[in-house]
Amino acid sequence: MALKIVKGSIDRMFDKNLQDLVRGIRNHKEDEAKYISTCIDEIKQELKQDNIAVKANAVCKLTYLQMLGYDVSWAAFNIVEVMSSSKFTYKRIGYLAASQCFHESTDVIMLTTNQIRKDLSSPNQYDTGVALTGLSCFVTPDLARDLANDIMTLMSHTKPYIRKKAVLIMYKVFLKYPESLRPAFPRLKEKLEDPDPGVQSAAVNVICELARRNPKNYLSLAPLFFKLMTSSTNNWVLIKIIKLFGALTPLEPRLGKKLIEPLTNLIHSTSAMSLLYECVNTVIAGQYCCSLGSVVLCVQKLRILIEDSDQNLKYLGLLAMSKILKTHPKSVQSHKDLILQCLDDKDESIRLRALDLLYGMVSKKNLMEIVKKLMLHVDKAEGTTYRDELLTKIIDICCQSNYQYITNFEWYISILVELTRLEGTRHGHLIASQMLDVAIRVKAIRVFAVAQMATLLDNAHLLTGNMQRNGICEVLYAAAWICGEFSEHLENPMQTLEAMLRPKVATLPGHIQAVYVQNAAKLFATVLKSQEGNTDGTAAQETSQLMIERLPLFVQSANLEVQERASCILQLVKYIQKLQQKDVEVAEEVSALFAGELNPVAPKAQKKVPVPEGLDLDAWINEPPSESESEDEQPKAIFTKEEHKHSRPRHTEVDEKELAKRREARKQEQANNPFYIKASPSSQKVYQESTGVEHIPVVQIDLSVPLKVPGLPMSDQYVKLEEERRQKQRVEKKKKEKKKRKEKHSGRGKKRDSGPESEEDITPAHMVDIVTEEMPENALPIHTPITVCDIQGNLQDGSQVVVSVIFENKCDGFLKSMEFNVLDSLNAKLQRPEGSGPHDGLTVPFQLPPGVSNEARFVFTVQSIVMPQKLKGTLTFIVKDSSTHEKLDFKLHFTCTSYLITTPCYSDAFAKLLESGDLKCSSVRLEGVSMPFHHLLARICFHHHFSVVERIDSCSSMYSRSIQGHHVCLLVKTTVSIDAKCDEPTLLGNVLDEIKQTFSQC
Amino acid sequence: MIKAILIFNNHGKPRLIRFYQYFAEDMQQQIIRETFHLVSKRDDNVCNFLEGGSLIGGSDYKLIYRHYATLYFVFCVDSSESELGILDLIQVFVETLDKCFENVCELDLIFHMDKVHYILQEVVMGGMVLETNMNEIVAQVEVQNRMEKSEGGLSAAPARAVSAVKNMNLPDMPRNINIGDINIKVPSLSPF
Repeated sequence: MALKIVKGSIDRMFDKNLQDLVRGIRNHKEDEAKYISTCIDEIKQELKQDNIAVKANAVCKLTYLQMLGYDVSWAAFNIVEVMSSSKFTYKRIGYLAASQCFHESTDVIMLTTNQIRKDLSSPNQYDTGVALTGLSCFVTPDLARDLANDIMTLMSHTKPYIRKKAVLIMYKVFLKYPESLRPAFPRLKEKLEDPDPGVQSAAVNVICELARRNPKNYLSLAPLFFKLMTSSTNNWVLIKIIKLFGALTPLEPRLGKKLIEPLTNLIHSTSAMSLLYECVNTVIAGQYCCSLGSVVLCVQKLRILIEDSDQNLKYLGLLAMSKILKTHPKSVQSHKDLILQCLDDKDESIRLRALDLLYGMVSKKNLMEIVKKLMLHVDKAEGTTYRDELLTKIIDICCQSNYQYITNFEWYISILVELTRLEGTRHGHLIASQMLDVAIRVKAIRVFAVAQMATLLDNAHLLTGNMQRNGICEVLYAAAWICGEFSEHLENPMQTLEAMLRPKVATLPGHIQAVYVQNAAKLFATVLKSQEGNTDGTAAQETSQLMIERLPLFVQSANLEVQERASCILQLVKYIQKLQQKDVEVAEEVSALFAGELNPVAPKAQKKVPVPEGLDLDAWINEPPSESESEDEQPKAIFTKEEHKHSRPRHTEVDEKELAKRREARKQEQANNPFYIKASPSSQKVYQESTGVEHIPVVQIDLSVPLKVPGLPMSDQYVKLEEERRQKQRVEKKKKEKKKRKEKHSGRGKKRDSGPESEEDITPAHMVDIVTEEMPENALPIHTPITVCDIQGNLQDGSQVVVSVIFENKCDGFLKSMEFNVLDSLNAKLQRPEGSGPHDGLTVPFQLPPGVSNEARFVFTVQSIVMPQKLKGTLTFIVKDSSTHEKLDFKLHFTCTSYLITTPCYSDAFAKLLESGDLKCSSVRLEGVSMPFHHLLARICFHHHFSVVERIDSCSSMYSRSIQGHHVCLLVKTTVSIDAKCDEPTLLGNVLDEIKQTFSQC
Repeated sequence: MIKAILIFNNHGKPRLIRFYQYFAEDMQQQIIRETFHLVSKRDDNVCNFLEGGSLIGGSDYKLIYRHYATLYFVFCVDSSESELGILDLIQVFVETLDKCFENVCELDLIFHMDKVHYILQEVVMGGMVLETNMNEIVAQVEVQNRMEKSEGGLSAAPARAVSAVKNMNLPDMPRNINIGDINIKVPSLSPF
């Protein structure tokens, strides 16, 4: 037996201690995890020994591993064993381990009650101290209840070391066991006047914490604290007391008056900045409005802080200054110079604080001066974020409370124009909306504004020289509109008209081009009027000719809005030209087209229109669509806000007759417009039969017409077909006609060539269009389907998208010299090697023998990812033995989904994200989906790059991120409705549409 | 209240963590990572306050930190604490470490995490400031160390001898751990 013990202890001599463990970990940098796991095995062995020294050593090592992130709760019982050792060394190790890893749900805690009680009453004050320290970290309601009396006794211990610990721990006991507060409070109050400063400080500390939770109950202590404040010299105590008074004074105004004197004294006398700062803060918080002197004093002292070279003091000074600003703006305004100086600071957080202050400091007098200074900073600022921040602040400052501080709007317009020279800002639309707002609302400024805008249009090339900075070209939207709408003020309308019709305009974003076209027409009217007035008809005819020459550029635009407006206006001008040639005066009539002033409408204007008698806005006009039981369960309140909004308004707005009238009008319009694709008679028939059910005129594109290349399942066709299918289903329900079913079948047949798909079978190409093409003219029996197998965003670069394309040779010949080319859009460009032109194709790096397929990757640069888009492309290649180039057209469909990247998200981070309030919500219902819920989730994950955050029986939350960092959150319910949130509503809408589409295909 | 005290080095490796509110181990590591990420980005000449560590607390909480040589000392506190006061407290804590370890350096913290904890326990208890007087703190720590010594310490003399033998077996034990450059230099700041 004795031998065994000796042998055991010799073995134990080779145990590692904490230092050995640390050294070992540092020597195993490559396989740290493995090394630690062997160490944990050793520790487990050591914990099985009877020797308490060995156990203590093991527990000490566990404490270290806990810091590295290892869960050591399995050793909780051993920790309790070490805690109960009689030796101080081991006891201390045990309590340290316990305080690091015990918490309320650790079940062995209940075994410790008696041990702790024993330690608390130990004759050795350090045993007691260690127990108190440990207990402060893991006290539970049970422990608090059982030990409250013991701790209360310790509050009167002879040793101040124990007294202060006992006083401090009482706060934790109160939190866990509130009943103990009442009996303990008198003794706690007594400790406020303890002879030992440490104990006193602890008591103040505890009472301050209590008072923060419930200040009202501690008002009665105010006189006592007042005495302490005037007598104590301990800065810690003073700070706590002054902070406490900051919480008490709002409840008792008389206290404020009494405090002002000692606080002012302290402010004058103290050399400790921390104390000074807290005094100032309390004076501000108390809003001692009665004495302006004290505020001035505070501001003076804060100025000293801000002028200090210590960044911390500067920061706190500005922080406190912004609090004073709310109540006493005047006294802060005199220190404008100082705050402007802070804008130069190298610390960004200080600069931002200073900007916040400036916002509140402006007045009619100093606005121009402040903005001038800010403009200087804008020029100097490095880094776009800070510069953008400056820009928004300038605009915020100027437009606050309806331009209250602006005395000269000409100045403001010039500031806005100056701001347009900023490179790379994201806030072009902000400037644009300001320009519009001012020009519309301030009539007197229009002449000036129009002149400025005309210059802007003239120099538009300066703004749009680089399409990367497309943010700022938004300004042209405002410029074009202002010049068009108020063209009567233009000095030289002809010049502006020419500027608006430059070919370069076609490179602008679509919505801006649209405004250009429309306002060119307005300008045209003005020009005609002036030219017809004074000279003979030739000048006017030349103007018409100019329009006719330039407008076709816009008629060819890829943007529908631009196209529509341009073609409309082009026809109008042609007609005018005809009239002019007959010497008819037309200027009057043309300008009548744009007569009348457009006025801004206040957001609440609709409310002022009285509701006509007998109109019940809440009543249904149509039968409400049958809602399924999905609304009953709303698992998370965060999503419920917009639950009902989607179905209602559409039905309440217009009545049946009106709709019929509109539909008729629309049909007429479409029939006369060459730019509409006319519906084929067969599909038309279906719609006529289903009157009153669905008013959306769905135009079906007959696949046999080579408008699109045959055999090309385009995604928008899916939408239309789905629309049609649903419509038919509804009609079916209503009329129960059998013949409809046949048509529906054929409709489905067209849609899915590949046959029905089982639920488990999820094909990877779903997320993008499968674009297979045939040779348009079947001259050669060549079929080279191109399959886009993957469009994947690049995480490193928020604007890069990699497209993998599979080329498959289905003909008998050998394909070589393949060249891949895509017609770039404004938003998406194919990345070409340096030195090649914007229209050059990329050589596919391989050749294809018959029947072989291979994959190539192409990189695209995409600027905005919120909208899906399609790119047209061509593949040219040579079939061996024939020297001619063959050409194959295809389309690439960039869905919004392809910009999403599966990103895991923790559920708490997810909840934070949702609560942050930055996200817009939207929701969608998936019709006719009858697959198991986990398949549905799998599909969304797979096809749309989402990851499941959490699944709670009937619903599941999912998360994904776009390559540009937008968060997309979904809540999918078993009732197949999806609620979604995203910080970019357009993106969200498109992703939801795509999800809907995915499920409509099954 | 102090919510957490974190000490990590310039690479984000934790040297001491002390949470006064329960978090599971993986959450603790995540908080350390996030805090390191926030703090390490900042220059040395900018202010020492940071708002918006999203993991602990929320809007009421601030990170107050100091950077000494290779180590960051980060305190996460709520609004009941004075910002400048806590900065001074960090200074007191580091000066105490300097006294107890005689020219403290990162290696002292690495190999004697337990001792650092015992010193911290005399400064902050359960998230509340216990003592700010350095002499008092040092005195209490020394008394307890003497007690430990009189009990023979954790690893008795033979174990130490063995430990030396064990180290000889290690293949590439750094013979000369130079501590010169990672000494925490405690600048003397203006008195509190």
